[in-house]
Amino acid sequence: MTDYIPELGHFALALAVAIAGAQAVLGFVGASGRDGRMMAGAAGLALGQVIAVAVAFGALVWSSVVDDFSVQNVAEHSHSLKPLLYKVTGAWGNHEGSIVLWCLILAACGACVSGFGRGLPSALRSRVVGVLGLVSAGFLLFTLLTSNPLLRVWPPPDDGRDMNPLLQDPGLAFHPPLLYAGYVGFAVPFAFAVAALLEGRVDAAWGRWVRPWALGAWSLLTGGIALGSWWAYYELGWGGYWFWDPVENASLLPWLTGTALLHSAIVVEKRDALKTWTVLLAIATFSLSLCGTFLVRSGILNSVHSFASDPTRGVFILGLLVAVIGGSLVLFAWRAPALVPTGIFAPVSREGGLIVNNVLICSIAAVVFCGTLFPLFAELLFGAKISVGAPFFNQTVLPLAVPLLLAMPVGLLLPWKRASLGPALRQLWVVAVAAGLVGAAVGFGLKVVLPALGFVLAAWLVLGSLADIAGRVRLFRVPVGASLARLAGLPLSAWAAAVAHAGMGVLVAGVAGMGLAQDRIAAAAVGESVALAGYQWKLDSLADTRGSNFNERISQVTISRDGAVVAVLHPGRRTFTTQRMTTTEAAIHTTWMVDFYAVLGEERDGKAVLRLHYNPLAPWIWLGAMVMSFGGGLSLADRRLRVGAPSRRAAPAQGARA
Amino acid sequence: MTRKRRRLWIVLACALGLGSASALMLMAFQDSLVFFLAPSQLAEKAPPAGRVFRLGGLVEQGSVHKETVAGKPLARFRVSDGAASVEVSYGGILPDLFREGQGVVTLGTLLPDGSFRASEVLAKHDETYMPKDVADALKAAGHWNPSAGPPPPARDWNTQSGAAAPGKPGG
Repeated sequence: MTDYIPELGHFALALAVAIAGAQAVLGFVGASGRDGRMMAGAAGLALGQVIAVAVAFGALVWSSVVDDFSVQNVAEHSHSLKPLLYKVTGAWGNHEGSIVLWCLILAACGACVSGFGRGLPSALRSRVVGVLGLVSAGFLLFTLLTSNPLLRVWPPPDDGRDMNPLLQDPGLAFHPPLLYAGYVGFAVPFAFAVAALLEGRVDAAWGRWVRPWALGAWSLLTGGIALGSWWAYYELGWGGYWFWDPVENASLLPWLTGTALLHSAIVVEKRDALKTWTVLLAIATFSLSLCGTFLVRSGILNSVHSFASDPTRGVFILGLLVAVIGGSLVLFAWRAPALVPTGIFAPVSREGGLIVNNVLICSIAAVVFCGTLFPLFAELLFGAKISVGAPFFNQTVLPLAVPLLLAMPVGLLLPWKRASLGPALRQLWVVAVAAGLVGAAVGFGLKVVLPALGFVLAAWLVLGSLADIAGRVRLFRVPVGASLARLAGLPLSAWAAAVAHAGMGVLVAGVAGMGLAQDRIAAAAVGESVALAGYQWKLDSLADTRGSNFNERISQVTISRDGAVVAVLHPGRRTFTTQRMTTTEAAIHTTWMVDFYAVLGEERDGKAVLRLHYNPLAPWIWLGAMVMSFGGGLSLADRRLRVGAPSRRAAPAQGARA
Repeated sequence: MTRKRRRLWIVLACALGLGSASALMLMAFQDSLVFFLAPSQLAEKAPPAGRVFRLGGLVEQGSVHKETVAGKPLARFRVSDGAASVEVSYGGILPDLFREGQGVVTLGTLLPDGSFRASEVLAKHDETYMPKDVADALKAAGHWNPSAGPPPPARDWNTQSGAAAPGKPGG
């Protein structure tokens, strides 16, 4: 019976296309005709769709786990000797499987909206479910027609071709699902935006619904990007954390506009303003997510991450992207004037601060977008082969990021509607002095300029967040006991903002620390020592070992300072027999303040080539990203967001907000 | 504050943001665009010394020499597109997929003696993969017709060995 599981999955995939299509039709027609039965049907179909896609995905994972090499996808990307974990995760480590995972997450989002959205106006919910169904139908059809992972191959090979060894890594096993959950999560704000345009109405309740989805997607995307960056750091063995590679930029773009979105959604929710802009951001964010997933995966943008490209796929994908992005933008141009703003505010106010945030973030996004796509256009238009590398992005992004980071703590302190900068800046002068001292200590201590400025910004952000909390509990202005009582009563959203902003500060500190990194390439014989950053790095031994599907040349490097051993590292080089490929296994010892990082290169003349890195504060980069992601999660947990918008109660007077 | 005034402020803020973004981009485009050149393009018109560009092609068979200079590894090899070839030196760890006869893209500058000093060497993470830029350069030099199959091995069309243009099985 189990022989037919791939066919069962194939059938479920085809069924899912039909369900998604029906979901879209029932959702739209039911909403415009106010037909309760049709709208309920659309919600039910959303649940059916997620079950069908889950069956297809399950069948794929099952085929991979039981080594069914008659399934083409498994034959091409798996191997009987591959560890079980990678047989499971390998299911999404390739183009076809990753798209099925993408569709599964999208279907799950639709099911969540229809399941948890009972508090929503039924027509709005129905339209949202309809939009999600339409997007789902398009991409499921794409999977079925051009990227079906469940096709059989005859005759079945004896064994599979194995997965790219670089992808056989626990970090990468969970990077795509997180990243995809982030990308696809933005489909829900997008669907809400399109539904709002169809209805011609955006109100505070709409903002309250969009924000948790944007927050959740943003938190997952933050985690996904951080995990990817961490993987690149330890697996590729280049010693860096961000390379401005097209695929990295493609994930950064929706992150940037998503960050802008979740901030502007606050204004919609609290002040009923910036509606048109928020709708546009929701559309832009999901559009960039789509581009990020598919332009890269289909090989249109040249990158390490692109899987084998296929022209029919490219055309289908471009058609889908044009339909989704173009369609929603046309709808926006047509209907957006109907969204009348009502909230009024002064330029200097919380709203004004959030506009500054949006303008700067979107400028950064525009710069990254142009830099990423310019080579593509230069080749199409002028036939010139140009690449845009890290120097371009450093020159353009940093000058825009600095004012943004400077403004972040100030924005937290501004009240809504009308404010003046004086009180906010008075609250921050201690922070400014402290940040300046940190910078001066680093600058004069280590004789560096740029990293010192980085540390000033980092301290400004972290201490600024603390100042925000201190201001809210009126520390030192009321008795300590009263401050503690206020601390306990602070809403989670206040904590969330402070934590997320502080996380950004930790990240900036990590980046500034990496500005002090040192590295050295040297050829060393066994027993020889190399000096780097005041430490002695001694090559102790070289040996050969075997793993389940690879052979490894492994070395031992002892790091010591003044005779005391600090760490022992085992960098190696693995040769994967099936794919005849060698990978570098960098060895890292972290003290959380500094990473000792060693890479083993080739051997010649009895000496091994070593590349050694001394990376101060490197782990703080990912730690900071995790703190930011956690901040987003905290905000999601805030009761005020979970409680449905329409159920407004007569709230007892409470001094939660100072 | 009227709605009109507020809109004016917002438009001004956006103009300022986009204006500075475009100014920054134009400035950066002037000096940080990196061009891709194949060895034969380099032979025609070489960029000024010190200008960073990418050089791509196939690593010539038998041209790779690895040595150690003052405790540091140094690799020398020739990159060729069939019509011309350039001497490249690189003082780092060659990527795992770097092999003779395979495609490679290097980033660096020209030295006064006409050789290329690479600061980065990229070989893609797939042994059958040909970097797109290199494939195009080979096609432009008339040494590979993609419809005839995979690129010929470097030793067959290497200009150094004096061989004629590669055989194109099935034309």
